[in-house]
Amino acid sequence: MSEAPGARWICVDGNEAAASVAYRLSEVIAIYPITPASAMGELADAWSASGRPNLWGSVPEVVEMQSEAGAAGAIHGAVQRGALATTFTASQGLLLMLPNMFKIAGELSPAVIHVAARTVATHALSIFGDHSDVMAVRTAGFAMLSSSSVQEAQDLALVAHVSSLASRVPFLHFFDGFRTSHEVDRILPLGDDDVRALVDDELVWALRDRGLTPDAPVLRGSAQNPDVFFQAREAASPFHAAVPGIVQDAMDRLADRTGRRYRLVDYVGSPQAERMIVLMGSGAGAAREVVAALSDRGERVGLAIVHLFRPFPIGALRAAIPESVRRVAVLDRTKEPGAPGEPLYQDVVTALTETAGAQADQVVAVTGGRYGLSSKEFTPAMVKAVFDDLAGAEPRNHFTVGIVDDVSHTSLPIDPSFSTEGDGVRAVFYGLGSDGTVGATRTSVKIIGEEAGLFAQGYFVHDSKKSGTVTVSHLRFGSHPITSTYLIKDAEFVACHQFNFLDRLDVLREAAPGATFLLNSPFGPAEVWDRLPVEVQRTIVSKRLDLWVIDAYRVARDAGLGLRINTVMQTCFFALSGVLPKEQAIATIKRWVEKTYGKRGHEVVERNWTAIDSALAHLHHVEVAGEPTSTRHRRPPVPEAAPDFVQRVTARMLEGEGDLLPVSALPVDGTFPTGTSRWEKRDIAQEIPIWDPSICIDCGKCALACPHAAVRMQVFGPEALDGAPEGFRSKEFVSRELPGMRIAIQVAPDDCTGCGVCVDVCPVKSKEEVKHKALNMEPAEQHRDRERASFDFFLGIPPLRDERLAADTIKGSQTRQPLFEFSGACAGCGETPYLKLLTQLFGDRIIVANATGCSSIYGGNLPTTPWATNDEGRGPAWANSLFEDNAEFGLGMRLALERQSAHARRLLSELATAIGPLANEIIEAPQDTAQQIDAQRNRVARLEDALAAGDDDPRLRDLRSVAHDLVRRSVWIVGGDGWAYDIGAGGLDHVLASGRDVNILVLDTEVYSNTGGQASKATPRAAIAKFAARGKSTVKKDLGLQAIAYGNVYVAQIALGGGEMQAIRAFNEAEAWPGPSLIIAYSTCIAHGIDMARSLSHQKDAVRSAYWPLYRYNPGGEGHPFHLDSKEPAIPLKEFAMSEARFAMLARTAPADAERLMAEAQEDVTARWNLYRQLAEVERVPPHLPEPATTGSATSQSDEAEED
Amino acid sequence: MSDLSTTYLGLQLRTPLVASAGPLTGTVDGVRRMEDAGASAVVLPSLFEEQLTHEALDLHDMLESSLSTGAEAFGFLPEIEHYNTGPEHYLELVERAKRAVSVPVIGSLNGTSPTGWLRYATLIQDAGADALELNIYFLAADPTLSSADVEARYLDLVEAVRESLAIPLAVKIGPFLSSVANMALRLEEAGADGLVLFNRFYQADIDVEELEVTPRLVLSSPNEVRLPLVWIAILYGRVRASLAATSGVHGWEEAAKVLLAGADVAMMTSALLQRGPGHIAEVEAGLRRWMQEKEYDSVGQLRGSMSQQAVPDPEAYERANYMKMLTSYSGKAQP
Repeated sequence: MSEAPGARWICVDGNEAAASVAYRLSEVIAIYPITPASAMGELADAWSASGRPNLWGSVPEVVEMQSEAGAAGAIHGAVQRGALATTFTASQGLLLMLPNMFKIAGELSPAVIHVAARTVATHALSIFGDHSDVMAVRTAGFAMLSSSSVQEAQDLALVAHVSSLASRVPFLHFFDGFRTSHEVDRILPLGDDDVRALVDDELVWALRDRGLTPDAPVLRGSAQNPDVFFQAREAASPFHAAVPGIVQDAMDRLADRTGRRYRLVDYVGSPQAERMIVLMGSGAGAAREVVAALSDRGERVGLAIVHLFRPFPIGALRAAIPESVRRVAVLDRTKEPGAPGEPLYQDVVTALTETAGAQADQVVAVTGGRYGLSSKEFTPAMVKAVFDDLAGAEPRNHFTVGIVDDVSHTSLPIDPSFSTEGDGVRAVFYGLGSDGTVGATRTSVKIIGEEAGLFAQGYFVHDSKKSGTVTVSHLRFGSHPITSTYLIKDAEFVACHQFNFLDRLDVLREAAPGATFLLNSPFGPAEVWDRLPVEVQRTIVSKRLDLWVIDAYRVARDAGLGLRINTVMQTCFFALSGVLPKEQAIATIKRWVEKTYGKRGHEVVERNWTAIDSALAHLHHVEVAGEPTSTRHRRPPVPEAAPDFVQRVTARMLEGEGDLLPVSALPVDGTFPTGTSRWEKRDIAQEIPIWDPSICIDCGKCALACPHAAVRMQVFGPEALDGAPEGFRSKEFVSRELPGMRIAIQVAPDDCTGCGVCVDVCPVKSKEEVKHKALNMEPAEQHRDRERASFDFFLGIPPLRDERLAADTIKGSQTRQPLFEFSGACAGCGETPYLKLLTQLFGDRIIVANATGCSSIYGGNLPTTPWATNDEGRGPAWANSLFEDNAEFGLGMRLALERQSAHARRLLSELATAIGPLANEIIEAPQDTAQQIDAQRNRVARLEDALAAGDDDPRLRDLRSVAHDLVRRSVWIVGGDGWAYDIGAGGLDHVLASGRDVNILVLDTEVYSNTGGQASKATPRAAIAKFAARGKSTVKKDLGLQAIAYGNVYVAQIALGGGEMQAIRAFNEAEAWPGPSLIIAYSTCIAHGIDMARSLSHQKDAVRSAYWPLYRYNPGGEGHPFHLDSKEPAIPLKEFAMSEARFAMLARTAPADAERLMAEAQEDVTARWNLYRQLAEVERVPPHLPEPATTGSATSQSDEAEED
Repeated sequence: MSDLSTTYLGLQLRTPLVASAGPLTGTVDGVRRMEDAGASAVVLPSLFEEQLTHEALDLHDMLESSLSTGAEAFGFLPEIEHYNTGPEHYLELVERAKRAVSVPVIGSLNGTSPTGWLRYATLIQDAGADALELNIYFLAADPTLSSADVEARYLDLVEAVRESLAIPLAVKIGPFLSSVANMALRLEEAGADGLVLFNRFYQADIDVEELEVTPRLVLSSPNEVRLPLVWIAILYGRVRASLAATSGVHGWEEAAKVLLAGADVAMMTSALLQRGPGHIAEVEAGLRRWMQEKEYDSVGQLRGSMSQQAVPDPEAYERANYMKMLTSYSGKAQP
């Protein structure tokens, strides 16, 4: 890479690189969050909010829309007015833009969509990168430009905008999600002058001139008929045909300006290559290394990197392929089932066929293969495998590389020892999401890349949990450009920032022989060796690792930084790695601390400086014993008792060896067993709640509130205590209805996240010392063994199913087994207690349609799922379709159930004679209570037994297949506010209007929690959120009131912390209501900026201030359907709001705005309260629900059958 | 017409009625209303270093701990250019208040660290404050800390701040010192231009229903003026530093009393919170009326005229209250 005079390197990720160009060249930016593209929108929004101008000196309008479809529509409108417009998206988001993409392209409107390419959900959602999204829109008429690196993401973003203006063809500029979008790399930035040099203002003015104006009105978007549509479609062809030339021209001008030269299809490798690979995207990095390495060995290999994919540059491709080439492998990062080959392969075959011409005698054999789906690692060894295959007698076609396909046998064999790693330094850091390791590594990349004069690259891997997230940061640096677009395997430096990782993770897997191992350890150099598991000792000895320890938590604590160890560990890294002279390193880190944290306060900077200064004094070298000496072993990934699938598949994934699972190990259709989180013992809590039965009042609030189902309550007879382990606690259950029983409150010590919510809600205070409650957080290490034994015993206590302890009470509900347990949600999550309660009330009969979002991630992100089964094997059946369609998805389930149930009832009626009295018993049985449903289950079981032995009547066989649907089912449609208020609002509204018996649970965190806290229409006025950094200025949408407008929809607004019984009642009423039900549940979230240990206390204050009034609109009630369950406001909104950073931060950053918005927000709250109070007085006769098709038709047919 | 003017910290004031640090002086509008009502100077609320530190660290902790909790989000709150966790708000208040009113604006500072005191004192001076009041609010809860340690801390602090400041410096202390008079002298030696008597310490309360320790702010009552009154009477003539009475000045009577005892100014907060800034005008009118009735020419004339040294029975300021009460009680009790 050549360097322009005076150029200054910066370190940014691909998203920022692309967004910085897009922002400068736009007037209208419509955004919507979606991983991994969200950051581009967030940056644009932040820049706009801070008044940063575009290239022409005006600040772009950045608007968040309700969906990607909305963003595309807004972009379409903007370009119709002749504005420069852009948007950012990925995956399903891009697919939602598709109809508008056809329109924008069809109308020859320049615009650019920047895509962090991501897998489109099929058998499963994946947030990671491949080309399935961009390939799905390749027919829209957009030009498509691919970037392979962070530098290219910036440079080709400019080429895309410039070429779109010049060609009038809209552009889709894409780069690989995560691998490029999130990789931090050292690049040369494009200055405003560089950008300006390539943009022709005449083209901008021409665009404006084409914009709609009443001064010179035109009509666009006509409806055309068979007579002219076809011709009109062809009329635009010359514009598309001109695109390759225009793009190359822009690339050439970029090269003239910056020295960085690109071609439509870049070629690297031997000019006399015989074998070559064609691909697009970040895989080019790994492939470049292999081509270089093999060329050095004298092998004649080459690589074509396609940048312009649409219009496909046939001539450029042909020109890029040396005439000596005989074999070409085309690699696609997507799968197109049923196609003769994947898209790039097909295009290359077509291109070579069409251009064969005079060279027809020199036949080029083309094979195609798939790699890297969903960011699957694509390493030099895999590239080498492709070249090796091409060298074989008969190269494989339609192969896969990077997996072991033992089903269709498509995969190429790989030599894992092949490596092209250069002479740079590689470092791997294991940390917790919350300990700042990722942030520190990002800073380290910047320090190395921007100050130490070296090339640097950072890439970050997270596990799938939101609490106790393990992060692995990969850092490369050296004096040569880094193209290694794959994870580090041989690290010269490994740091483990959490000592307890050693017990469950092989953190030294990537350590190269002789590597430095930095360990954050509470044990000093003399003691630490004996504290290591034997597996770790063994690796240290066998790899001759150089071990260093520091008690970083102590250093941080002494510096007044609490748990923030990032700068301490970073200082140690710089000291040990020697990337900079020690003094210079410390001075540089300090400067970066000031730069990064300065705006948070002087004290923050000073304390970090103190920590940096004392870090090295506490860093100790450890003399390692010659042999492993420990008798302690690393914990197995799952207990021995785990079922076969968990042992074979789940355990491998938990160990980080999912890449090694063969195709045959995986389900063919995305179907997985539930109840697997119970086998994943994460052991992440530093403190766990310990029960003091002597003062407990048996209220059950702790179990109800526990977001992780890690605090359990059970009531049982004294005989159940037989065989209880020592230390198992129980007490007399104080109950008139159930005398003589005992109660136990038990923590699941390995599953608890230590969030502290249970202690916060415990209403009991010791008479002797008020800080002592019936539950108290205590060091996990001191209690774990005893609590493990106790919890195992507790699980064996037979569940109480006694009507005297009614399920519609707190105590009653909490004695029911939760069938949602140990999710990976954030510690203290405000959503999960509702789901747990839902399963305790109806878990054995529910089907859940779950919108994409936090709840689908902690609910369905492998390796494990918290959705569980009871002892009878029953439990929630769960599925996630998409983000936008969840209400419709759930309705479909309901319709299917109703149809199948009706069918079963009809068959039952028809076959009543053959079946006997049981048929009518089943048809007429009420199923209103759990007991009645149990009774019906027994009847249906008898029926199934009878049918199993049945004769040849096909109707009996038919009945057998639907008989289970004679038991009442409950459909729950679950999702967050992003879904319900925004992207899924249309569908939700339609389902509410349908009158069908579905239950909708909206977990309202008031932001898009999963993608990082972007504002939704549920975000309240005066709160800040991403995309509303200056405080949301509009009122929160009243979703409940919209639903109430229908009259026959059950609606409840609940907040567990503000009214436990009201919440339980709402769940029961909603489930009982035979029409649509909507529960809007206030869900505290880390995006609120609160101490999550006090999650439910915040809910309480939300209710006390009338910020979140509790109500139930029950159309099944009499007279006054609206019940306002909240008491009069007891505190002003401000008192509640200022305890949450989302409100309080605005008061700090923009006090005048905050004051005005808070006053308006108080008016919102007061007005809504007054409205609700009046509603409570209103008499209303709800509209009739539609006649239930199931009962109606079945009953009538049954009656007819009887009459017959 | 009586001359109400006085000198405080070397500042010439129209009257001895000063609005002391409180919520009402926390906004430019509030400061303006104080001037309009006749306050001769305004003390802004204290800049609490501890609060700034606490907020900054809390913010840091919150932002950092929610980073990288998953692959999909790097954080959960928008990155903001300026969090304003530092003293900027306060300094802006000083600047704007100075521009908005013509009466002296006195900054107030409660620091926790030596560097904090000095840094913020200088910043407040640079923002344009006419004087600075060091609000030494320190609860010596650490049993290993002796009274001598605490006093040394106060003195070192005042000395250090004095050295770095050019504007007048007042020191506001609490009444719970072993020897208030001695401390007053030593504070003056350390560089205090004025003494503000006294701080009203925040006193936590217990909620017997919830069994919680709760914050509870109780406004002062007129009775409380006697504590500063006594000490001002004792100190008058013994220290050169200006004396300001605060706590319990609710009406003209209390103002008159503290002036008679020797105060240069009477500071008010609670009464203004209860009755609004306009109450200052009523106090001034009352004071003026009383002075005219008593035929005082000026505040200078009456100030200190009932200090300990000026009254016929100096001991009356020491144990007299106790003695008198006993005497009167026993007198009444006798048949």
